[in-house]
Formats: sequence, C-alpha cells, structure tokens
Amino acid sequence: MSRGKIRRPLPEVSADPRIAVSLTVNGEALTREVSVRTLLSDFLRHELGLTGTHVGCEHGVCGACTVMIDGVAARSCLTLAMQASGCRVRTIESVAAEDGTLHPLQEAFRDCHALQCGYCTPGFIMNILSHFESGEPVDLSEEGIRDVLSGNLCRCTGYQGIVAAYRQAAARLALR
Amino acid sequence: MSTRSFGARIRRNIDPKLLRGEGSFVDDIPLPSPLHAAFVRSPFARARIRSVDAAAARAHPGVAAVYTCDEIGALDIELPQLIPHPSMTDPRTQRPLARGDVFHVGQPVAMVVAVDRYTAEDAAALVDVDYDPLPVEVDLERAVMDGAPLVHATHPNNVAAHFRQVSGDPARAMAQAEHVTRIRVQVDRSTAAPMECRAVAAMFDAVTGELTVWDGTQAPISVRGALASILGLDEDKVRVVAPDVGGGFGQKVYQFYPDELLVPMAARALGRPVKYIEDRRENFIGSSQERTQIHEIELHARRTGEVIALRDLFLHDTGAFIPYGIAIPQVASTSIAGAYRIPNIEVEFRCVYTPTVPVTPYRGCGRPQATFAIERALDQLAEELGLDRFEVRRRNLVADHEFPLLRSGLLFADGLPVSLDSGQYHRALALLAERLGAAGFAEEQELARGQGRYLGLGLAFYVEGTGLGPYEGGHVRVHPITGKVYVNTGLTSQGQGHDTVFAQIVADQLGVAVEDVIVVEGDTKAFDWGVATFASRAAVVSGNAIHQSAALVRAKAIAAAANMLEVDAEAIDLREGAAWVRGTNRHVSLAAVATATNPLRYAFNEAAKAATQFAPASRHDGPALRPGEHPGLEATDYYSPPCATWAYGVHGGLFEVDPVTCAVKVLRYVCVHDCGTMINPTIVEGQVLGGIAQGFGGALYERIEFDEDGNPINANFVDFLIPYATEVPPVEILHLETPSPLNPLGVKGVGEAGCIPVGAVVASGIEDALRPLGGAPFRHVPITPSMIHAAVAGT
Amino acid sequence: MKPSLFEYAAPRKLDEAVALLAGDPSAMVLAGGQSLVPALNLRLAAPGRLVDIQHVEGLHALSVANGWISVGAMVRHRTLELSPEVQRANPLIRAAMAHVAHIPIRTRGTVVGSLCHADAAAEMPMLLVLMDGSVVAQGPQGRREIAADAFFQFHLTTARAPDEIVVEARFPVLPPGTGWAFEEFARRRGDYALAAVGALIRRRRGGPHAVALAACGIASRPVRLRLAEKILAENDFSEAALHAAAEAARDSVTAPDDAHATTAYRRHLLAGLLRRAVAAALSRAQ
Repeated sequence: MSRGKIRRPLPEVSADPRIAVSLTVNGEALTREVSVRTLLSDFLRHELGLTGTHVGCEHGVCGACTVMIDGVAARSCLTLAMQASGCRVRTIESVAAEDGTLHPLQEAFRDCHALQCGYCTPGFIMNILSHFESGEPVDLSEEGIRDVLSGNLCRCTGYQGIVAAYRQAAARLALR
Repeated sequence: MSTRSFGARIRRNIDPKLLRGEGSFVDDIPLPSPLHAAFVRSPFARARIRSVDAAAARAHPGVAAVYTCDEIGALDIELPQLIPHPSMTDPRTQRPLARGDVFHVGQPVAMVVAVDRYTAEDAAALVDVDYDPLPVEVDLERAVMDGAPLVHATHPNNVAAHFRQVSGDPARAMAQAEHVTRIRVQVDRSTAAPMECRAVAAMFDAVTGELTVWDGTQAPISVRGALASILGLDEDKVRVVAPDVGGGFGQKVYQFYPDELLVPMAARALGRPVKYIEDRRENFIGSSQERTQIHEIELHARRTGEVIALRDLFLHDTGAFIPYGIAIPQVASTSIAGAYRIPNIEVEFRCVYTPTVPVTPYRGCGRPQATFAIERALDQLAEELGLDRFEVRRRNLVADHEFPLLRSGLLFADGLPVSLDSGQYHRALALLAERLGAAGFAEEQELARGQGRYLGLGLAFYVEGTGLGPYEGGHVRVHPITGKVYVNTGLTSQGQGHDTVFAQIVADQLGVAVEDVIVVEGDTKAFDWGVATFASRAAVVSGNAIHQSAALVRAKAIAAAANMLEVDAEAIDLREGAAWVRGTNRHVSLAAVATATNPLRYAFNEAAKAATQFAPASRHDGPALRPGEHPGLEATDYYSPPCATWAYGVHGGLFEVDPVTCAVKVLRYVCVHDCGTMINPTIVEGQVLGGIAQGFGGALYERIEFDEDGNPINANFVDFLIPYATEVPPVEILHLETPSPLNPLGVKGVGEAGCIPVGAVVASGIEDALRPLGGAPFRHVPITPSMIHAAVAGT
Repeated sequence: MKPSLFEYAAPRKLDEAVALLAGDPSAMVLAGGQSLVPALNLRLAAPGRLVDIQHVEGLHALSVANGWISVGAMVRHRTLELSPEVQRANPLIRAAMAHVAHIPIRTRGTVVGSLCHADAAAEMPMLLVLMDGSVVAQGPQGRREIAADAFFQFHLTTARAPDEIVVEARFPVLPPGTGWAFEEFARRRGDYALAAVGALIRRRRGGPHAVALAACGIASRPVRLRLAEKILAENDFSEAALHAAAEAARDSVTAPDDAHATTAYRRHLLAGLLRRAVAAALSRAQ
C-alpha cells in the first residue's frame, strides 16, 4: 500500500438478512440477531465467544463440535442456530465448577492422559457426559465404552486413555 | 534432590485449560472485526488458465478484496525449495496463487477476503476462471513411462529426482548368495488429517509497524523469516505465534502454504485483521500428504536365512511439487535395512511428479514404507526357506555388542551415514514372543481352524533415526517475584506435552515443582533461535538444550544462595523451591535468590523483602555487576546433536479374519518399544498409542482415492476412513530403556515410532490367518475387505 | 464449508408448511438436518428456501396401534430406538438402528428424514422395504400413502413430489413368532453399510413359510431379495436351499466397483450376510 493513498472503506457486516433467535446457553437465556444460515457452532464460537466448542469437519463425522441440545449430545455443526431456537444448549465451558475445579470426567481425562492436542476433547467430554447423564445403563465393557466413543475422532491418543478416563469417571460418579 | 520428576509419570500442566474449553487455537483468538479469507481452487488436476474474471466477486456485498496472482506484488513468486539436494534437477515449487497453470486439484487461484467466511465462499463461487484442461496420469508406475502426460514440461518421465546409495559391496555379496527373495510392495497415499485444520490469522499495527501472525504451524521461526524477507519488513517487526495447535503430524511444518503469506499480506494491505480457517475439504486438497511408494526389494541370503545383501528400487510420489526435496525417500532408503545387520546394501529411487497435492513428511516420513518393504520381504524369505518368522529375524538382528553399527555410504537425512547407536534388539524380540505367546500360537491357530476360524500372528521390527539437528536452544529464567521458572525454546507443540517433559527436566535441576515451570514455545517474540518441531526431535534436541541451560541456572542459583547463606556452594541443596543449607533448616527461597541476583531490587513482595535479610548474592568490589556477570537467575544454551540417535521397537498382533465379511479383528496387539531414557513414560505411551492408531489407519482404512482425472474422490471424513475407538484395538506396551550414548539425557525421539510398523504387522497377520485358504500374499496397504476377498477368491 | 444463503421459515401448521414448500420450487424440508445440513455446508444443496418443520404441530407423535408403528416426521432416531413399546412390537427396529451412524447423530436425525434422504446404503429405507411399510405424504392436493417399494426410486430419489411433506412412516408390528435378524458390514462403526441384510421369517406348518429378505448398499436403492425369499420359503431352509438362496442373492448386487468395495466382494458379502441373517432369524422364529 502506498503512503498517502486513501483507503476505501471496508464492509463491516454481511448483507445477509438477520433474524432473532432466542435460546438458553449454559443456563443463560439470550436473544441474538443472526443470519439464518449461521451454524450453531459458529453462533456459539463467534457470536457468544464460547470458543471451547471446536469445529473439525463441518459434515458431522468427527464430533469435535459436540454440544448438548436439550440434554442430549448433538453436532453443533449440523444444526443451524435457528434450529436451536427455544432449546437449552450446553457447552464445554459449563462443565467445570465456577471456580475452575475440574468435573470428575475432566479430572479423569487428565489422570489417564486422555488428551494430547486437546482439540477433539470438548466433543468427547460432551458426548460422554450426555451419556452419563442420560440415565441409560452405562456399559463398562471395553466394547461398550468404545461403542459410545465411536462417533468422535481423535487423531492423537489412539483412544486408549479416553477409554480409561471413561472407566475412571464412571467409577467416581458411581455409574453402572 | 529429594524426588526426581525426570522419569516419572507426571500429569500434564497444559491439561486443565484444554479440558475446560479454554484453549487458544488460532480461530479462538479474539480479534477486532476480523475479515475472513476463502480461496478459489482449481477443480482440475492439470490445466492452463485462460483467464480469471473477479469483477462479480469484487462487487459482491461484504467483500473487502479479491486477489489473483496479479495483485499480490512481491508474493507472486515460486516459493523457496527448502532442502536442496544434487539429485534433483530444477526442482519445482508452488506459487502462492497460480499463474498460467494449475498442477493439482485444490491449488489456489484467487483469494477472497470478506466480512465472514459465508460471504467469502459466496464470492469465491463468483470468480470466473476459464481453464483449458490438460491430460494427466496419476498412476505412479505409468507416470514414469515414455509418453505419459507431464506435470511439468521441464521434467521428462515426470522424474523429479534420481538417487542411488550403496553400502558395502553388494555386487560381490549377491554373487555369493544361496537364495534370493524378490517382492514388490506398495503403500498408498494418505494424509495426516489433524483434528484442527490449518489456520492463519494476522493483524498489522500501523502505529508500531508490527505484523502479528497467529499460525497453526510447527515452524513459526521460519514463517517469520519468510514473511519478513518477502514482505520487506524488519524481522523484529514480525511476530509469529503458534498458539495451541490441534495436531500437526508433519502437515503443519510445510513452508510455506500460500495462506501463510497471503493472509498477513492482506491484513497489512487492508488495515484490518484477516483470518483464514481452512476447512476439512481444503485440508484434503490443499495441505500436504504423504506415503505412496512402490518398492521392488530383493534379499540375497544364505540358506540359513542370513541376509548378506539387499537391493531396493523404488518410486516415490512427490505430488505436483518438491518443496522438501528428497527428504522422505532419503529417510526411506536409509531405513530400508531396518534393525538387521545386512552389510551390503544398494538402494535407488526416483521421485515422481504427479498432478496431486504436494507431498511432504507425514508422521513416519518414509519409514512406514521402508519397514513394510523389508519386513514383508523377511516374512517371504522365511516362507521360502521354511523358517519361523521370529527365527529369520533372530538370525539377522544386530546383536548388542555390534553397536554402533555403521552403514557407511548410506547418508541419512542429516547428511551423515546411518549409525545405529544402541539397543537390545534380541531382547525386544524375545519379549514380544513371550508376551504374545508366540510359542503356543500354532496350536491355538490349529484349534481355531477346526472351528472354522482363521487366526493369524503378525510381527514387524522397525528402527527410527530421531533427534535430527542442526540445533535447538533453551532459555531458562527464574522469575524474581514468584520464583516460578520460565522456559523457552524454538519449538512448537501440537499436543506432545513439551510443556510437561521440559518442565520435568528443569524441575529436577532447580528443585522446584513441575507445575511451577512454565514452558512457552512457538512465539518468536519469546525465543527466536531454533528450527521447529518435526522428525521426533523435540526431546532430544530441545530437551538437551534446556537441560544444559537449567544446569547453568542451577550453578548460578547455588553460587548466589551460598553467598546469601554464607556457606560453601557444596553445602547448598536446591529443593522445594528453595536453597537449603544441607542438614539444617536454614534456607532461602528461589524467588529471593532471583531477586537478590538483580542489583536493582524493589520490594514488591515477601520474597523480595526476604532477600534483604541475607548477605549479598554476589561478593565482589566495584560496580554492581562484576564484568561478565549477568543479573538474575537466567541462562540460554544450545544443543546440537552429533548425528541421529536410533530408536527401535517391535510390534506383534494376533488377528482374526472373517472370510465371509473379510473383516479383520485385532485380538491382541503388543508393542515393545525403546526410545532410550524416558522423561515421562505416560507421555511416551501417549505418543506410541497415537502413532499406532494412525498406523491402523494406514494399514486398513486410510487412502486418498484419485479418479483417473486426478480428482480426489474421498476428500471428506465420510469416505476417508479415520479409525474411531471401535477400529483401534487396546494395545499392550512394554518398554525397554537403552540410553542413547549420543546425548547427555540419553534420550531418543518417540513422536513417529508408533505408526511405523503397523502396516507390516497387520499384513503379516492377515497373511498368516488366511494361509490355509491358499490366499495371495498381502503386499499393499491399506488392506481393504475387497483386497482380502480378492486374495482368497483368487481374483 | 458454509451454507449458501436461503430463506428460512419455521411454520407451526402443516398446511402452512406445505404452502411454503409449494411456493418455491427449490425449497427443501428441514427436519433433523443430519443429512441436509452437511449437504448445505458442502454446498451440494443450495435451496432457495428451507422449511423447518420442527415446530409443526402433529409431527412429533410415535404410536403403536392397530398393527402399525406410526412414526411422525419429527420423531428422532433415538426416540424410536429407545421406545420400549416399539421394542415389544418390532424388535428388529432397535437391532438395525444400532447401525445408523452414531448416537449424537441419532439424537437429532429423524427417521422420516432418513427415509426421504433415501441413501441406497442406509438402514431405515431398507427396513421399510423389508417390512412392506409405507409413508404418508401431505401435499397441496391432500394426503396419500406410498408403499415402501414405490417410494424408493433411486439413490437419493423418492416418489415424494417436491411440494409434498412426508408426515409419517408406518412400520408393521411383527406377528407373534416371527424370527428376525439384521446383519450388516461397514468398514467403520456407524458408516453406511457395504451391505446389510434384514430378514423376517415366519414358519408355517407344511409351508411355504413366510420369508422376507431385503438388502441395502448393493444397488441404487434398497431391494427385496425376492428369488432368495421364494427358494427359502418353498424349500424349508435346507442347506441346499440356503446355498441356492445365497447364490441367487448375488445377482441382486448391481452397485459398481467403488472406493469402498468391488462388486465381486459385495456379491460375496451379501451371500454371506444372507446366510447369517437367515440362520439368526430362524433361531428366533417359533
């Protein structure tokens, strides 16, 4: 760029029409204006600044973006923000205690070296947590655990630590 | 030191923030009103560009700029060839934006910058590029034939490089051989597929003239160098930060991806932060890949199974460009004799251009291919000579007393001859056999066959030259206020746990808790001497540099504390964050020592106040600092390895193949592994397990499929099959620790180890299982159900 | 990988939804979105309008009555899968659904959505074909019921008119004593089937037995293996009949070689899965 040249003004917002969406995120009711095509993953990350939910493939295979919608695990990349209208959404940021104390499941991940780069980790935590909280029986066999974990890709750990963390957390939380 | 943290299974420092969702990956970093980039990419594997019309895209609401090769000024160049080698002629590298020609599907042709990624993608679709498609050949063997369509008109037969190395006297040895085994093996194209795709964000501060770039790279120091020189900025005005990075596996060390240069350029030109967050499809068509090699290997042996010579000819697919030179095939060719004595070796390869994504190292870097070749050939030799597969290995493995074993004439990637430095190869094999129950397996197999079940045992040995130079540095500093220790090195981390293992090294030297050692990497403002994270080198090269720096700080701390406590240095013991007079309760905190070693001290806190109660930290007359004396507890040192240090291991598995579904079930998988002295066994295991999972990907699932036009048809996670937890077996790991004689810590690298032998193990096991069905051998990975069916059905 | 722009509507009434759909030839129905949103993200689909039916009244019901399991358009996979009533009425459904993608997909994806997506390798369309189920579609001209066999026309293509909304799918309650089985092979857990076979068997004294066999992943749509059914029904499941049925089934494979499987392997797989499915169904039949 040459000095003295006057810069033309740059656009600030997209030309997309925006409409209001109201939902509850981590217990807080809120309303925001968004473009109708905004994915829930982008809404959480960029509109609300909840960047703990990660985006790995945007076609529903890797599970990195898993959050809870109305108490069950769901892919935030396969959900439009508009579809979450009226829903209760829960993200990784709500899992540890207010003071930062890790949830027993998070603690188990640390104890069992169940994470390396940490990118897929929030998705795993939300998936497992939703399973733990579903009230359905928790199958602690190797196969049963791996079946629940299937649907989330991890490229670092080889899953063994995650299986161990699942087992440890289930024991601490007295799930069976 | 009361408790040594070196060697202990210590939990990672970095975990809590990542677990709470507080990581800072590039796209998590808040920037004021960022613009977003999207690329217009070639839909053709090879084409001439007749014209590019970006008018409609520029006029699209929300678009800030559209760049073609005509609008990028100094960036409109062929990017540097990073690793020159005389075996290449006129090596070709890529341009940030295509000019005239495109050479693979996915090559960037134009960059759109808009208010958000949605709008940027809308506008990218409006850029009208008129292509004239050209014929292509993606098959590696056909690409080198006369008359094959050329990727670069300058390179007949698409040969980018041709190289031959010889160790010993293979011609003479081959003449003496009593048996020759020849096989052809193939490993297919794969990709690292880190969970976080690549990402770059940049912000230019017009007031200070500083350009800050957040780049999910493994090599920020190099990226800074390139940006400064190409954009004509002072190096000190360019800061490149690799924040939390979601996996790399080699893909993120490639320099330079077009976006790494174009995004900072646009941020500077537009005066607004710009970010490019690669999406998954782009990662498949725009970020580097590796693996395709076809080997024709011969083992020349005595009837006893002793291999006296090896000849290997192979083709290596380098994709459309060769930015890394012959690094991958050179590693493959020098690893080809594996863990075996084989004194006479002739190995020759050709690097071949194909109109596909450029090839640079992906975890393993040629070793999985070389291991697949030698291990499959040894199995075949055993079969032909009627020997047990363990026995044929026993007869060839390097014995403990034969180290170091030099392969003169075979120059490794560091330019030095291969020298296997240390190990207990025989013991490793024996451990594997014992743990797997190899002795009783034949009986088990026989029994299962009676029930119509097909069980097989597979095994493979591997070696890995690790810890390549040239050097890394370490900076260690005790903070005077808190007593916490800050450590810097020129590396980056993509999940390897450097922050914890380096902290362990320092904690022992300074007698502090591991949690109180804060390792900051990947920020050129914090430390900018060094190379990067790749080639399983972090623990060896940075580990030793940090160890040396910490030892210097230790000596300073002890000297200062001795002065303060008015005792001899020998009486000082560093532990629990303080310097103690041995055998007494007299001590001074490390924070106070750090404060006292600074001639200018303000009493900010208790540690500083405490420091005033002691004698001076430095005893001399004259000015506050004696000539040559530095304030504070701080040191920087560097480590440069003499040559690569060779880790090794042997994996084995028990498999069941279902002849109806052609499914492969892993019943047991055992890994015996030796990476020298371990700093943290848990982290070593994490590296090995992750590598093994990627190894299973390469053995059974992951292959980039190109159609005959060079279009990758499975550039997504639905069709490119990365194993889930259900596809990776539980792994039993056994450690051996043979210290490396080459570095003070005795460590060897471990980053790539796990993935190397898995393909060979799986192929060996499937072949063993299906032997009674008279199936064809398995010499091509990944092994698909269709391949198993074809082998059994004889089609 | 972001959707292109569309108009979005979330009506509460069915006729409103149908009118919105009819009003734009490029409009698409959005239910759970587990197939549609990936297509939007990849820009393989670029509808001018999305009609989100999640708030439409009357589409959320799941009921078992009069010999039929009625699944409303907004019933998620997971709801059907976990329903104890459905499990009692037709246990094959839960067995098959364990193979449908992964739990976090099944929590959002709808059964009817999967039927309307009509992937030739998907489990739910195959179940509907196997059981002679049907769907009910509502259009501007009214409601019609479409039999499974007529509904699935081709990979990703159904008999649903662009202005129709499938409001309900109907799976039969299994008659008492019916043996059932579902055998699938996919390369990874949750992937689309390389081939899958569903079987329903009711033994009849003196024969012929009632045999239904269907497969997915082998052709351009889910198919009934009619010849194999006939051979088994008339030959009392003898080893020779099983062999002949498996051989006959091979010819149903018309899928060409693709990145995941060769045709030859798919034929082999189908024959093998068929034998396993029949054996498992027989073991459950009374």
